[in-house]
Amino acid sequence: MDIKLQMKGRTLIAALSGELDHHSAKTVKDMLETAIVNKSAQNMVFDLTNLTFMDSSGIGLMIGRYKLITSIGGKVCIVSKSKTLNRLISMSGVTKLMDIYQSTDDAVKSVGGM
Amino acid sequence: MNNTKDNEMTLIFKSKSANESFARATVGAFASQLDPTLDELADIKTAVSEAVTNAIIHGYNNTTGDVHIHCEIKDRTIYIEISDKGCGIKNLAQAMQPLYSGCPEMERSGMGFTVMETFMDSLDVSSTLDKGTTVRMSKTLRA
Repeated sequence: MDIKLQMKGRTLIAALSGELDHHSAKTVKDMLETAIVNKSAQNMVFDLTNLTFMDSSGIGLMIGRYKLITSIGGKVCIVSKSKTLNRLISMSGVTKLMDIYQSTDDAVKSVGGM
Repeated sequence: MNNTKDNEMTLIFKSKSANESFARATVGAFASQLDPTLDELADIKTAVSEAVTNAIIHGYNNTTGDVHIHCEIKDRTIYIEISDKGCGIKNLAQAMQPLYSGCPEMERSGMGFTVMETFMDSLDVSSTLDKGTTVRMSKTLRA
């Protein structure tokens, strides 16, 4: 699991690559929590473009960050082109909380970060 | 008549979270002899990951024990049994409800059994308190 963090305005973009499961989720969660506070992020984009595997641990991770970001009045969305990942995301109900975009630019625009 | 393509394997490993990827990759490699589609393979690996994670988090509650996986291939169907000898599930019907999490403080989504049920053709869970839990799943792959 590798994670790259980037700020665009007040939007934190977290680009995840590799496999996101229960084993890796704890590390990712800690990195995101730190980044959200240290960078004063208001919105967040999960870029899953280079994620090769995710199970429901990833869903828990995204819902946890959604609760945090929305508690400070921000928005969260997802970038994913993978049919397999999108199926998991849709069946979990996460798409009722955050939209899925094809590109980070579209995602950042949607949360008002640019 | 014996089908020469029928096959089986058993995998036993410690309930360490680092073994989650090992377990799903191994079952995926075993299933690959059926030439699954990418979607079918992803379904199997995701379901296995959920069951193994449950065994590690809930079954052994982060103590160390053995997780057993037994897989059988019969014709185009793969049967996967994942068991632990951990604490068992007190209320199985409640545990299998979507969004129910036995560890809300751990930021679990409570979708594990729902994922297994959705991505596989069959799911059967049996559990005895203080004895452990066994998850049986099967999936028939397209010819």
